[in-house]
Amino acid sequence: MSRIKACFEALKAANKKALIPFVTAGDPNPNVTVPLMHTMVEAGADLLELGVPFSDPMAEGPIIQKACERALAHGTSLRDVLAMVAEFRKTNTTTPVVLMGYMNPVEIMGYQAFATAAAEAGVDGLITVDMPPEEAGDLLAVLKGAEIDPIFLLAPTTIDKRITKICAETSGFVYYVSLKGVTGVANLDVASVEAKIAQIRKHTDMPIGVGFGIRDAETAQRVAAVADAVVVGSAIVNRVAENAESPEKINEAVAALLREMRVAMDTDPPKAGWFARLFGAGH
Amino acid sequence: MSNEIAVPELSAQPDASGHFGVYGGRFVAETLMAPLDELTAAYERLKNDAEFQAELDKDLAHYVGRPSPLYFAERWSKQLGGARIYLKREDLNHTGAHKINNTIGQALLAKHLGKTRIIAETGAGQHGVASATVAARLGLECVVYMGAEDVKRQALNVYRMKLLGAEVVPVTAGSKTLKDALNEAMRDWVTNVDNTFYIIGTVAGPHPYPMLVRDFQAIIGREAKEQVMEAEGRLPDALVACVGGGSNAIGLFHPFIEDKDVAMYGVEGGGDGIDTPRHAAPLCAGRPGVLHGNRTYLVEDDNGQIIETHSVSAGLDYPGVGPEHAWLKDIGRAHYVAVTDDEALQAFHDLTKIEGIMPALESSHALAYVKKLAPTMSKGQIIIVNLSGRGDKDIHTVAGLEGMTV
Repeated sequence: MSRIKACFEALKAANKKALIPFVTAGDPNPNVTVPLMHTMVEAGADLLELGVPFSDPMAEGPIIQKACERALAHGTSLRDVLAMVAEFRKTNTTTPVVLMGYMNPVEIMGYQAFATAAAEAGVDGLITVDMPPEEAGDLLAVLKGAEIDPIFLLAPTTIDKRITKICAETSGFVYYVSLKGVTGVANLDVASVEAKIAQIRKHTDMPIGVGFGIRDAETAQRVAAVADAVVVGSAIVNRVAENAESPEKINEAVAALLREMRVAMDTDPPKAGWFARLFGAGH
Repeated sequence: MSNEIAVPELSAQPDASGHFGVYGGRFVAETLMAPLDELTAAYERLKNDAEFQAELDKDLAHYVGRPSPLYFAERWSKQLGGARIYLKREDLNHTGAHKINNTIGQALLAKHLGKTRIIAETGAGQHGVASATVAARLGLECVVYMGAEDVKRQALNVYRMKLLGAEVVPVTAGSKTLKDALNEAMRDWVTNVDNTFYIIGTVAGPHPYPMLVRDFQAIIGREAKEQVMEAEGRLPDALVACVGGGSNAIGLFHPFIEDKDVAMYGVEGGGDGIDTPRHAAPLCAGRPGVLHGNRTYLVEDDNGQIIETHSVSAGLDYPGVGPEHAWLKDIGRAHYVAVTDDEALQAFHDLTKIEGIMPALESSHALAYVKKLAPTMSKGQIIIVNLSGRGDKDIHTVAGLEGMTV
């Protein structure tokens, strides 16, 4: 069984939701990343999303754009990111690691070379922001061969017909982008997220993760009440940025935020709490 | 050119999903797939709609000032001692360049889609001015993204856009130039997709943009074909145009694409030389990759990061190129060459002094290649070069390079 599948099954059995932090690999320097990955797991992360730095990150708001610039100032390449995952895997063989980035670094490395190296390093999934399933035919074939889950994004503008198509090409979990916009800028509207998740569930049994706009423990808790996984990006990268000049403080700054989110997510939000007390936990 | 190429298919590109061979396509965030589908459907409907075409033709005639002349550069032809050289005078269009052919068309699409807000990216500011112009005329809100470096270099065009009522947003991310302005425009679009129409300025970006921008610019080649037939009674032997994103070049080339005896030359910004790190010539010195919504040739490093480009001409200073050019290069239908900053500047002076026409620095690249090509051809042969824009906007750049302040 894939690490991602095993992870979600274990969470389901424990009646918990997945907390998925995102950091840009190599931000603010390449030595920070692997220890930070271990710290995030200790602080309650279930899966890790590792951003592959790119010079032109079109879907990112200013926070993650600047993270890419800091990482690229040290020349952090896709091969370097794979080496970080391999290093992480020396002491952690269970926490899934998903790479998130843009197509061009993968194109230049070559699909087969990437898939082979990524599988060897211990990568479990790949999210490419600018690669819809329509363009992904060749890549999907090699990812499947390497047992790496392709994870496509669903957006508020995605119509039913495309939800079916995207879910058919996705494995591991489905990633719902909770708002129209770039990462880390706007506030998300939990009610509309809830409605869209209900729509997506008609098309798939896969776990559904929600990302974009989750900035604090309260939002994480409210999203966890309706989704299977909560992806937190800019809020974490912001903590990295605030401590970029004194990297020794980064681990604790990030861990503190994750611990708050973990506690909140493992506690039912007020309304659901009332429901659970009356009718028992489990829903 | 090989005989194995199925010639009738050349003008039938792209395929239904926007591919020119392996190039083009639609590499965007999921949020933009729906509006791109909506735009494709609207364009397919309107391009065969007589009323829409009549509205467009009327604007091109009475607002842009088309047809633009095809001018025989007699003195320059004589001086170069080879082929007869004709200039397609896109510099005489309203706003001074070919860019308005496209913004007029896209603004009409925006109107038909009921969008109230226009966004655009710009490098030198020509496309920004052309977008602000049509937005003013249609009473639409207009926001233009421009690299902070370019805002400094092109103060005159920034002020022109402001006079036209547009908001100019300086982009401070990345290299602070055209590619970063394009990133920022995409970010705006993904955020304001409900009421906003993104007018892309060149034949790049996700499908359907490379196709629809080409179709709007193909008026250049259609007119040139008619005009040269009238003047010379036959087709030209060669077409020459500068290539940044490549919209003026594809506009000239496309109507001739199945006339296989007409050679086509696209001229890239060679900067300090394509054997140096300072150039803007993805077709001559780059390799294929994915950026800004399409697969095409890019100036990039071994890790797939986009490299900052350099050209004396801001309009050519871009690391990518339209996917149709990438395809025409691979199949050998068009040839792509580069000329340096210095060669382009010399051609700028030549045309100004010999013909009394001051070309844009972008167009000067095409002229610099004509200087090399014409003398190798016979006196009975014909070259059409696209004079894509006028040089007024570049006077301060030229003066600065020659140590003067104007």
